[in-house]
Amino acid sequence: MIELLIKNGHIVDPANNIDMVGDVLVRDGVIRELGKVNGDGRDVIDASNLLVVPGLIDMHVHLREPGDEEEETIASGSAAAVAGGFTSVACMPNTEPTIDNEATVDFVYRRADRADKANVFAVGAITKGRQGKELAEMGQMVRGGAVAFSDDGEGVQSASVMLHALKYAGMFDKVIMQHCQDNALAGDGCMNSGYLATVLGLPGIAPLAEELMLYRDVQLAKQASARLHVQHITTAGSVEILRQAKRQGSKVTAEVAPHHLLLTEEGCRSYDPNYKMNPPLRTQKDIEALRQGVADGTIDCLASDHAPHLRSEKELEFLHAPFGIISLDCALGLYVKALIETQTIDWPRLIEMMTINPAEILRIDRGTLSVGARADITIIDPHHSWRVCVDEFKSKSRNCPYDGWELGARAVCTIVNGVVQLQLIPHKCGS
Amino acid sequence: MSQKAVEKIDPGVAKIEAGPQGTETKHSRRKSEPKFTWRRKHLLGLQDLSREELFHILDTAVGFEEISRRSIKKAPALRGKVMVNLFFEDSTRTRNSFTLAASRLSADVLEFTAKASSVSKGETLRDTARNLEAMGIDIVVIRHSSGGAPHLLSQCIDACVVNAGDGFHEHPTQGLLDIFTIRQLRGDLKGLKVAIVGDITHSRVARSNIWGLHTLGAEVFLVGPATLMPSGVNQLPVTVCHDFDEIIGQMDVLNMLRIQFERIGSPVLPSVREYSRLFGLTVDRMKRAKKDVIVMHPGPINRGLEIDSEIADGPNSTILKQVSNGLAVRMAVLFLVNRAAAETKKSEATVEMI
Repeated sequence: MIELLIKNGHIVDPANNIDMVGDVLVRDGVIRELGKVNGDGRDVIDASNLLVVPGLIDMHVHLREPGDEEEETIASGSAAAVAGGFTSVACMPNTEPTIDNEATVDFVYRRADRADKANVFAVGAITKGRQGKELAEMGQMVRGGAVAFSDDGEGVQSASVMLHALKYAGMFDKVIMQHCQDNALAGDGCMNSGYLATVLGLPGIAPLAEELMLYRDVQLAKQASARLHVQHITTAGSVEILRQAKRQGSKVTAEVAPHHLLLTEEGCRSYDPNYKMNPPLRTQKDIEALRQGVADGTIDCLASDHAPHLRSEKELEFLHAPFGIISLDCALGLYVKALIETQTIDWPRLIEMMTINPAEILRIDRGTLSVGARADITIIDPHHSWRVCVDEFKSKSRNCPYDGWELGARAVCTIVNGVVQLQLIPHKCGS
Repeated sequence: MSQKAVEKIDPGVAKIEAGPQGTETKHSRRKSEPKFTWRRKHLLGLQDLSREELFHILDTAVGFEEISRRSIKKAPALRGKVMVNLFFEDSTRTRNSFTLAASRLSADVLEFTAKASSVSKGETLRDTARNLEAMGIDIVVIRHSSGGAPHLLSQCIDACVVNAGDGFHEHPTQGLLDIFTIRQLRGDLKGLKVAIVGDITHSRVARSNIWGLHTLGAEVFLVGPATLMPSGVNQLPVTVCHDFDEIIGQMDVLNMLRIQFERIGSPVLPSVREYSRLFGLTVDRMKRAKKDVIVMHPGPINRGLEIDSEIADGPNSTILKQVSNGLAVRMAVLFLVNRAAAETKKSEATVEMI
């Protein structure tokens, strides 16, 4: 019998509408009691002045395994997750080979078990090899444990294939997650299109490339009566399309990444490939619209799109460097900076977007502190000033533009299935 | 060589080594202004250059132009220095022009072609640059298909970096030689109307010209199909026009850009015939232009596509003059960046001594 008592924390559990000071008792990996619990003789974590919340979930990360283990592994990526306060991550299938069958899905779970850090949930590919042509074996992958489907890195270009995918995934009550981008419009773009791209002499990706596919997919999902999740939206136009869709009752959900809430295309001025992402960084106007979308519920989730790349690759010329940055180790502080410090939303709403919302979309049994639930718990110091140092990241990669940033909040304890995986605060042993 | 010839050369050399004061010409009109000092050890683009900086390069180039007219075309300004031509894209004229400019200044030149180098084996630009630097390179002239590659280079090496064209971003020495040529013929750029005609989206020449001409007070018109105008073009300091005939009569300069053949038949351009009819400088269209209009082209020319042979070889054409002037401008640029680097080193040494 392993027991752990979290004392005197400010418990925020949006799924159960709980926002109170109290204790949480964990035994054998399960939450047993919530409220006032006697600490005598028990292992106690003093959570005074700290937030005690359901384990954070990042529904969009790239762990690069199998195939690119020099960039990240399931072990290093899940270590970065718990360091950042995340108890669960959903990893994208754009690996080599693609996670598009039961065997590769199974491989992810075996590696995650061996790593024994965060819960890792596999997202399978929508189409074989992410080629956008033939549906992958979704049924088999669901049997292997796949929680959702995405061709992330590519949008499914064919409307017909997408319609079939939505219908097919719906049979298993799994969501299709789409990277909305029309390749023909995006071309070989490598940053937001517009005046700055023109001045810098870099090919651009127009907001329309995202918005057109988003609009199309909303209509397709309606036609298929299926759930659609829109990954990393970036433009004011996308927020408006989503808002209208939700108003009309569409079963569509959306996520936003920290970089799209904090950074603009201005970062590209220095030609630093750490500002090269897909979809690209947009403008301040888009940031305002995204924050508004978070505030009014148009956007449901926060997801990092943690995308590790080798230093040697990210040191290439802007045009030739790969897309993406990492932020699992510091994402929580970034969201707080973007959304709490700007008074866009409050803590319960932030926690909701990082716990129960992604859990419901992925249909995973996580994201709450209900008695009887798996003991995935994150303890957050909401007033912890710290400086981001990429060399201290648990991730194997270093492609991160936030190095040196001052952040105002941090996860100080991460508990996964009742096991403490990160501990930055005192812990009193009972025996 | 006779003793007399040597004597004739020496004063010129002294003039060049003396720098800007030694290059006073009819174009240097600001004798009363305080002495200007060039401080940039890299030339990455014209966007950030001030009016004074632009004039300083142009004035310096006037002095160097004179060397090209001598029987012994050599000055010792870069003696003992090594310049590398680091070209990741095909180029004949720009590369040759830089090579010749460097050798006229007595520098040693190293030719580096990406295809023949280890870049194809996966070495990064940084590695290549650091390797070159380890060999004692003083100036790197770089051409690259990615906008910003020269910036990246300037951040990771000590040597001077001169941009010889990066992606769609800038081609500063081409912009400078175009402006030099206009100034040579017209004296002042203020109020001149300059049309840049063709594929603006993919043109680094257009961008360098826009910035330089705008800073020096010329009025820039961009002419071309809507499919070849970049996004946000209206925020540039230019007037955009899709009807060449409407504006050609007011123009003092027509700079005809080269059309890449791979664009023809793609979704942006229907045919050679249509482009030529709408935007080519044909004999017919030329009749609408001012008598003394300056016709420019950065080369190489597609005869019959963007410009008719009769015009390219006609009296208004400055195409070959641009090539000669390119040499003088590139000598000036190499001379100035090298001197700025030397000054930086000197002041660093002084700081160390203190």
